[in-house]
Amino acid sequence: MGELIKNGIRVDGRKPDELRRIKIEAGVLYRADGSCYLEWGGNKILAAVYGPREALPRHIQDPTKALVNARYNMASFSVQERKRPGPDRRSTEISKVTSEALEAVIFTELFPRTTIDINIEVLDAEAGTRCAGITAAAVALADAGIPMRDIPVACAAGKVDGVVVLDLTREEDQGGEADLPIAIAPRSEEILLLQMDGHLTYKEFEEAIELAIKGAKQVSKLQKEALMRKYKKVE
Amino acid sequence: MDMFGKISAVKKDYLLGLAKEGKRVDGRGFDEYREITIERNVIKNAEGSAKVKIGNTMVMAGIKLEIGEPYPDSPEEGTMTTSVELPPLASPEFEPGPPTPDAIEIARVIDRGIRESEYIHLDKLVVEPGEKVWIVFIDIHVLDYDGNLFDAGSLAASAALQNAIIPNERHELGDNAPLPVGKPPISCTFVKFGDSIVVDPNLDEEQVAEARFTVALDENGDIRATQKGLAGSFTLDEIKNNINRARIHAKNIRKLLEE
Amino acid sequence: MIRQIVLPGTFLAEAGSKKAGKGTFIENNAIYSARLGILEERGDYINVIPLSGAYEPSIGDTVIGIVEEAMRNAWLIDINAPYPALLGVEESPWKINYGETAKYLKAGEMVIAVIARIDEARNIELTMKSKPCRKIEDGFIIEIQPTKVPRVIGKNASMLSVIKKYTGCWIFVGQNGRIWLKCPDERLGLAIEAIRKIESEAHTVGLTQRIEKMLRDRNG
Repeated sequence: MGELIKNGIRVDGRKPDELRRIKIEAGVLYRADGSCYLEWGGNKILAAVYGPREALPRHIQDPTKALVNARYNMASFSVQERKRPGPDRRSTEISKVTSEALEAVIFTELFPRTTIDINIEVLDAEAGTRCAGITAAAVALADAGIPMRDIPVACAAGKVDGVVVLDLTREEDQGGEADLPIAIAPRSEEILLLQMDGHLTYKEFEEAIELAIKGAKQVSKLQKEALMRKYKKVE
Repeated sequence: MDMFGKISAVKKDYLLGLAKEGKRVDGRGFDEYREITIERNVIKNAEGSAKVKIGNTMVMAGIKLEIGEPYPDSPEEGTMTTSVELPPLASPEFEPGPPTPDAIEIARVIDRGIRESEYIHLDKLVVEPGEKVWIVFIDIHVLDYDGNLFDAGSLAASAALQNAIIPNERHELGDNAPLPVGKPPISCTFVKFGDSIVVDPNLDEEQVAEARFTVALDENGDIRATQKGLAGSFTLDEIKNNINRARIHAKNIRKLLEE
Repeated sequence: MIRQIVLPGTFLAEAGSKKAGKGTFIENNAIYSARLGILEERGDYINVIPLSGAYEPSIGDTVIGIVEEAMRNAWLIDINAPYPALLGVEESPWKINYGETAKYLKAGEMVIAVIARIDEARNIELTMKSKPCRKIEDGFIIEIQPTKVPRVIGKNASMLSVIKKYTGCWIFVGQNGRIWLKCPDERLGLAIEAIRKIESEAHTVGLTQRIEKMLRDRNG
């Protein structure tokens, strides 16, 4: 205890309720229907959306709605110990909860028998990649013109040295007591994704989730600015 | 007909017609590369990295080093391995799953260029002779696919190796050190359709290509690796001509790497 | 120079004050935008004109299709939509014996066709019985974002006339974002450049004038 927060300041100089530096750019890829590049602290993420397109093979089609199929993947070189290419149990779970969180806001009933494919590539990882991935994917979905109720956004809070903090670094994630990533629809504050591991009292949980919502709403502004910026570029 | 999806017959006729007049679909000459940009040291977690763009094609190469056992026939040399990922992010035709034959071919051709030009000084990557050596992982991740992954991947790998380090500190072997490398190989790819042969094919051209030729050249213009691909063929004169054209391109591309 | 751009979830109006039009939805008595697009108020309706997204087929649209497969008595046609479309032999301009579809249209060949029917499961049927329909034998096809098609055509085809005037190209724009060009020598590149510029600046005003200026300057 007391290693990661000194006099209310965290190892990287942030206050407990401060986000890492975030940079978002919409529409960065040539082939994809919609795309986003996002840097969040040491994370570098590229997201691409393809579709809605015919779901194949045919037996996977849903005659009432589009399938939302997110794929979270870490590049081999994105982590300190080289990751073997291909999905593992962790990335499969993240892909599943990401698909579900994003599907919650998409008007899937407009595109029966199709699939909306969302590809999230983690190029450089430093804690919080699933939140960064969902945030980038949501921008790519909007860029691709997918009809949605809102633009989802994600952020984590946690507990470090007994203090509830926003947006954990790798050191804080490893040395801290809890991590609580969430995704929300920022307009209504509906919770679309919620995971947690560690140890929190009920009171700390409340405090952490409120802090994460507050953080997510700040990130939401950056997402919207990035989308608007793309369409303000006129020579 | 093509490895990456359908192409309309109209498009094929059009490209062939243009080529007869000495023109290409994007206005380039037969012997003209698209704009090439190289960005180095972009990935913190990698021992070396580079992002390369050739026109709209974008690839990222990351280098990782791990300690492992040497091959029994070369106990005093480190080892290297090259992989290419074609993730569905980069093209509507790419699918998730294990590497396809296309991805494996690209990786092996790039690997041969690096290996045969002795770009990485593997003899300097020994930790304990016969027991422990460094394994150099070259991972090439395609991000946006608009043709010519052979050259884009090779260039990204070369640039990433150029700035790579040996992570001695992480393994308590002393200070980190630069990865010992020599002069990089330069890869040059041509495709043939009709009677025309063009360098640096874009996606449209790859889709109509009947034959493909890649050559990796060292700093003397000597040949270190070649690969002929696809179901069409070249005459010997065409191959010789390709290599001579590649020698000129390789000089210019080498300058970009040495900047 | 820019019209008002809205995003998914942007509040547009109270539900009582306006009617929710295209690209919008109602939630808790308020109208919101469902997508990235340009705000348009037309009469009582508030609409969002999308700036990106897939082609959404509708009956009567004239489209450019690529034959995917010649079947026994129909062709499967890619119309750049989330769903392939079917062209039955009886809807083709030819009299075809059973099983001889590939004599007339093979995989990879292109046609201009009209969307005749769409059912609830989004099964799409085409016809080639009406006027502009034909097999495409030459020229060049480019694909643009389908949402940009109205801008490439322009009000009363004004934008198209400008491009035709300065390039001498013959141009046919499919509603599905595929454009067929037949150009005099050297002019195809300029025509494509103009179309790409329209595509990337579709959300701006004064575009026709800028395109005309560009084409006039480049004509020398």
